[in-house]
This record gives sequence, C-alpha cells and structure tokens, in this order.
Amino acid sequence: MIKKLSMALIILGAAGLAQAADVRSLRGHSDLQEDSQPPEPKRFAKDGEPIARDYVQQPPLIPHKIKGYRIDLNSNKCLSCHSWKHYREAGATKISQTHFEDRDKNVMANVSARRYFCTQCHVPQAGAQPLVENTFKPVTAISAE
Amino acid sequence: MTDSNSNQCKGFMCGLVGALRRPSVKYSVGTLLVAGFVMGIVFWGGFNTAMEMTNNEEFCISCHEMNDNVYQEYKDTIHYSNRTGVRATCPDCHVPKEWNHKVVRKIQATNELLHKALGTIDTREKFQEHRLKLAKNVWRAMKKTDSRECRNCHNYDYMDFAEQGRRAVAQHSQGLEEGKTCIDCHKGIAHELPDMREVDPSAVVGSH
Repeated sequence: MIKKLSMALIILGAAGLAQAADVRSLRGHSDLQEDSQPPEPKRFAKDGEPIARDYVQQPPLIPHKIKGYRIDLNSNKCLSCHSWKHYREAGATKISQTHFEDRDKNVMANVSARRYFCTQCHVPQAGAQPLVENTFKPVTAISAE
Repeated sequence: MTDSNSNQCKGFMCGLVGALRRPSVKYSVGTLLVAGFVMGIVFWGGFNTAMEMTNNEEFCISCHEMNDNVYQEYKDTIHYSNRTGVRATCPDCHVPKEWNHKVVRKIQATNELLHKALGTIDTREKFQEHRLKLAKNVWRAMKKTDSRECRNCHNYDYMDFAEQGRRAVAQHSQGLEEGKTCIDCHKGIAHELPDMREVDPSAVVGSH
C-alpha cells in the first residue's frame, strides 16, 4: 500500500515538474537553482515635448523624469509647476479643472483629494517595448493619420 | 608705578593683574616670544581641531534627533546617492566654509544644544510639529546668504545650460534674470517638506 502511494506521488510530482517547465514568463526564464539575470533598468526620458494622446480622455503622459518628486500629505511636487498658480511661470501644462471636483461634483479651492496623487493616472515614459503584439490604433478623432 | 599700584591693591585678582603687568626678571624676551608662539599654535590648532570634530556627519547623526529624522530622509535623495558617487554631507550644506561665518553658525548651534537638553524634538511627532518652523529657519538663512552653501559646489558661472534639460534651462535662465537664489525653488531637495499649506497653498491637497 505504502509502495503504491509513494509511486503515485512520484508520478504526480514528475507530471507537475513537467508542467512547471512549460510555464515561461514573458520577461525571460531563469532556473530556480541559478542566479537570475537582473533586467536592464528602464531609463526614463529626461525631458521632452508633450506626448500626443491616443484616445479621448487619456490622462496625458509625463514627458520628463519625476525621480525624487514627492507626493505626500504635506505637499505635491508636481503641483509646484502644474498648478494653476504656477503653470505659466513654469511653462508647464496646467492640471484639468476636473481635478478640483470631489466625487459629489463640489468644486473645491484646490486639487481634490481623489485627484491629488498624480501618478495614479499620469506616468513617465521609458523606451520599453511591448511584450506581446499590440494592434491598438488611436481613434481617428485625435489620430494624425 | 606698577609697584605702587600692586602695593595699594590686595587680593587674588589684583595680585594676578600685578604679576601680568610686571616685566619678567627670569625669562628673556626671546624665550617668552617662542613660548608665546608655540602656545599660540597649540591653542589655535586645538580650537580649530575641536571645531572640526563637531563638523562632520558622524557627529551630526550621533544625536538621534538628526539620525532618525532628517538623516533617514536625506538618504533617499540625490545628495546622498547618485551616479557619480559624489556626496554632500550635513555640514557641506548646513555649516559655512569661511571661518568667520562658520564660527557665527557654531555659536548659534549652542541654541540647538539647549533644545537637545530640553528634548524639544525628541520624538518623531514633536519633530513634525516643529518641522515648518525649523525649515523656515534654514530657508531664511539661505535666502539671506544667497544660498552660499549651495554655491560652494553649484556655481551659476560654470553651469553649462547646453547640458541641461529643457525644463532646467528655462527655469535657470528665468531665475538668473530675476535674481532668484537656489532655495527659492529648490526647497525640500535633501529632506521631506513640512506642511506647505501656508508656504504654497497651490501645492497641497484642497479642502472644502
């Protein structure tokens, strides 16, 4: 009985192993026993022109580095250029007026808490190639083609 | 004259003053000069050495108020870790390089010793409570000296705008034109910012 059970366990284990070997990450495969190769760190574009949007209501992408820009309860570094007070002087894109509304559509004197954490929607760009093919095309209304 | 004075006056202080005013009968002028010269070097060197001992990072963060608050925050910033490995330590930014300014700053620092003894900021909560006031002190000092300590390393004259990013060029040219100083824009680059509600209300979360 014990012999049969252990036999079954070994077969099951082998099947499991074979299956695990078939699963491969798109980010590359490395054996458990070996040290994995660290991926090349992504380098964010230092500074550039605003990036065109690909669909209506897309949060604009951040065309510059944001390393060290803190967003916390005390202050928001992004707003020191993108706020309505500073955007002209800084030559920055101003934040949308929708950002002053709370969820009950009350307009507030400054950025609403639900819009305060910029990087929830707006992200900087690195030259990362898509891991799978993407056939997305921008809508004709905003596409240059 | 000297003798008559010391005769009239009695007591330890008068005796000492009398002894100091009386010319030496034992030692030659040469001996006194050399001894004075050597003692001068020893005292002056000792004074400066002692001052320099309080002028390095290990000394600054030997006090937990600095180590647990500002130092930990600073470790996340570019002045601590960057691609070239050049570092600015606490005194590089917070203590002037020139001797006279340095002594003035060191005398001011005795107030910090008092508050260390009083335990004014001996917990994180107390520190956060005082943060705006402390930050304003540093900003005021930097504004007053035209960001002198920044300029020990960062000098407008040697800044190559062609090497800077688009945003940096625009901001730096404008700042230069308007006679701005580093700290006017570069607040909170080495430590977290205090509650900025009253400093820049446009850069904080809105309320009803």
